[in-house]
Amino acid sequence: MEMVQIAGIGLLAAILVLVLKEQKPIFAFLLAMFAGIFIFLMMIGRIEAVIGTMQGLAERSGIPSVYLKTILKMIGIAYIAEFAAQIIRDAGAEGVAAKVEFAGKVLILVLAVPIINVIVETVVGLLPAGG
Amino acid sequence: MTMDISAIFQIAGIGIIVAMIHTVLKQMGKEDMAHWVTLIGFVVVLFMVVRMLNDLFQEIKTIFLFQ
Repeated sequence: MEMVQIAGIGLLAAILVLVLKEQKPIFAFLLAMFAGIFIFLMMIGRIEAVIGTMQGLAERSGIPSVYLKTILKMIGIAYIAEFAAQIIRDAGAEGVAAKVEFAGKVLILVLAVPIINVIVETVVGLLPAGG
Repeated sequence: MTMDISAIFQIAGIGIIVAMIHTVLKQMGKEDMAHWVTLIGFVVVLFMVVRMLNDLFQEIKTIFLFQ
């Protein structure tokens, strides 16, 4: 049961954070960050398996691999931005966290630009000439 | 995985011990020494956390096809 392990780690980290916060808040913050990284590292193997399946499906259905790559990159950016923003929010810097999230959104939008281009070109190609 | 669950206990332990040493040194009237101890403990823990953060970001980069 991996879920029980993760719940245990989370509860344990929360208790230790409560103990440390009284004495040294900076260590409490580092501990919370460490617990977050730890849980993320435990989960990333599973994510890898899911992505492998998705890649297999995309190859079999003949979707150009550049699309899947773009989507995976977006998911990666979203994960990193969310992770960093939550840790920063834990540290109490709400404004900085909002900026990190904003940067993540902009970078995802930039990645989407080539795909939007392709869609627009397809639609323009479908339109009758001179209509 | 390079580190296991004991690392969480390590960090908490370092934090508590540093807090104790800080209090003792403060009682002895060595304020500056107390601050140095806190700083060194912080750097040690920060080193652990940053190394693990690097691992995490490398994994994300490989899995989500950034290379």
